[in-house]
Amino acid sequence: MSGAAGPGRSPLLCTPRPAVALQLSGGAEAARPGVAVIDLRFPRGAPADVQEIVFRNFYTAFLSVRVQRPGPSGSCRWVTCLKDHCLMPCPHTEEGSQDYFSLHRHQMLCDMDQVMAVRFILRQPSPVWLHFTIEEVQIFPPGQKSPQKDFPSWLSQLTPPEQPASLHEELPDPEKVSTEVQQMWVLTEVIRARQTAARIGRFDVDGCYDINLLSYT
Amino acid sequence: VSLHKPEIKLESLKEDIKDFLKTSGWEKKLQNAVYSELNVFPSPSHPAAPPEHMKEPLAYMRKAQGSWEKRILKSLNSMCTELSIPLAQKRPVSEQKELLNKWNEMGTDEPDLSLFRPVYAPKDFLEVLMNLRNPNYDNGEQPSFRTHLGLIQVPLKVKDIPELKEDFSELGLTTGQLGIDDSAQVPPELFENEHVRVGQKVLAEQDSAAAQQYVRQGCPTALRADLWALILNISNQPEDILYYEQLKSNVIQHDLLVDSLIYKDVKLTASNDDYYFVFEDYLYQVLLCFSRDTSVLEHFAYSSATPPKSYIRGKLGMEEYAVFYPPNGVIPFHGFSMYVAPLCFLYHEPPKLYQIFREMYVRFFFRLHSISSHPSGIVSLCLLFETLLQTHLPQLFYHLREIGAQPLRISFKWMVRAFSGYLATDQLLLLWDRILGYNSLEILAVLAAAVFAFRAVNLMEVTSLAAAEAVLADLSTLKVMPLLQIFLFATVT
Repeated sequence: MSGAAGPGRSPLLCTPRPAVALQLSGGAEAARPGVAVIDLRFPRGAPADVQEIVFRNFYTAFLSVRVQRPGPSGSCRWVTCLKDHCLMPCPHTEEGSQDYFSLHRHQMLCDMDQVMAVRFILRQPSPVWLHFTIEEVQIFPPGQKSPQKDFPSWLSQLTPPEQPASLHEELPDPEKVSTEVQQMWVLTEVIRARQTAARIGRFDVDGCYDINLLSYT
Repeated sequence: VSLHKPEIKLESLKEDIKDFLKTSGWEKKLQNAVYSELNVFPSPSHPAAPPEHMKEPLAYMRKAQGSWEKRILKSLNSMCTELSIPLAQKRPVSEQKELLNKWNEMGTDEPDLSLFRPVYAPKDFLEVLMNLRNPNYDNGEQPSFRTHLGLIQVPLKVKDIPELKEDFSELGLTTGQLGIDDSAQVPPELFENEHVRVGQKVLAEQDSAAAQQYVRQGCPTALRADLWALILNISNQPEDILYYEQLKSNVIQHDLLVDSLIYKDVKLTASNDDYYFVFEDYLYQVLLCFSRDTSVLEHFAYSSATPPKSYIRGKLGMEEYAVFYPPNGVIPFHGFSMYVAPLCFLYHEPPKLYQIFREMYVRFFFRLHSISSHPSGIVSLCLLFETLLQTHLPQLFYHLREIGAQPLRISFKWMVRAFSGYLATDQLLLLWDRILGYNSLEILAVLAAAVFAFRAVNLMEVTSLAAAEAVLADLSTLKVMPLLQIFLFATVT
């Protein structure tokens, strides 16, 4: 389930290091290489399972993600789980530049269990931007459901195409009929409970709308 | 069909309700309502995104819009202080009676408006847009590939002609159009008769989505009013008429400063227009009510703008006495009444005219006077216009730049007003058919570029901004559909 952090959903604790731009060794001036790396480690080396990564983009065009996981025979190795995911379809223009993104477990190339560290490799090939990074990175473990929406679960299930009830046979199953009637009754109750005040269009306060000046705050 | 009949059985109640919805037309109405919501509201944003992100995703644009709004507030406040007139006050009972009697002929009133001035004009807004900068964009000191040649310097994504050809494919050379294939030389059997027949069928089915697809080829004049109402999902419910009457009573009871701004705008623009002066009274009836309509506040959820706030006199800072001003949150600017004027040709009942205008405003027109990165927002339209012109008429663009006549300086006012007051009315309505049909304002930028392309030969010979303005001063003879078709589909690229 995706969603922001809310009741019942908290991101994993981790400390991201600020983005480090790649530099060629021996270069005379600090160039703008268009590649940066953000490393993220989980505390005390306690590995975690990753369900979803949420972040806000800031002018990064392409994102690759690598995770450090236990490999065979107890060693740790880095595995690429996302390669060149496009955040900005047209890197010279604003599209996607400040949007929020989610990366889900099922989109990844590898397993996301027992992850010890996450490395974000940011690429921005266009020279027109001064800075690029990703912000507000949150990593969510599996097993957390987003808060129950306040309508019955059966409403969100797709109803299969129904055969019209055949009335030539004997009386239909009273259980089935009563469930259907109950469902309809619950629906009307929900609608009644949800009724927001009909638009009366009041803009005054107790009949008074005397105003001198506009407020700046 | 009623569900009170004794033969309705409990077992088949579900099916019976579904059939009832179909036969009574309610299924169609529900579909139309859902389709309308899908058209108006943006797609659901990421759950982590705060509400301001849905209004406008780019932080620097939100900031620019905030600064622009502050300027407008200051301007309005200083006008109040100078003239010693409150923003709003209750109308004395005698004045209320007088206004009620004069409601259908407010145009005959000649109040002294000489001290009022419009809060801003389109050219003031253009100055703000010209100075819009992304702080993260490397503009560089020297002109380079990074600097845009036009007035707009923000790197928004705009479509090029191949993309526009795909989006506006129904305007192509092989598709029939009203505005081209209904001209006197073309026999009506070739296109027009069949198109009218299809239009009547669409109206009979009362299907919003089908209507929206249909009007891309233009509306027959006799069907236009009903088709637009169907697309905008406006029906003739008694509660809508009641709502309008309530707005009218709000106008009678409270006197707002923006009323004077509206009067002034109508007197300066629509009343002076050969086509629209006859509708002057209607314009007051619509715009004064529009200012009192709090339902318009809903559109601020997806607009980059924020409604101005104030407090009841003597209760400054107390949240229970905080109100929006005007009640609909929209401060009119010079030329605002031209958004309403063309609609008066189609609708003659004030409640219906009012609803159509309100829906057109919260779907389209609000984007023409607020700063946002939306593809139909005025900033994108300006950049689209400039890019199209540079790409396809580079010599003309270069020439106009050299003589100090940046093309956007001339076309900006056309786009801000959606060409109202510049084109002949029948041509304007054909253009607005396509705005509704494609649910986008991009066609305004394409038309602006097409107009420059049409007058390119004359424009190449001018040597000053004033002369360029003169070449483009009169658009009343232009036929919009051939211009659009030639520019998109018949220009060698």
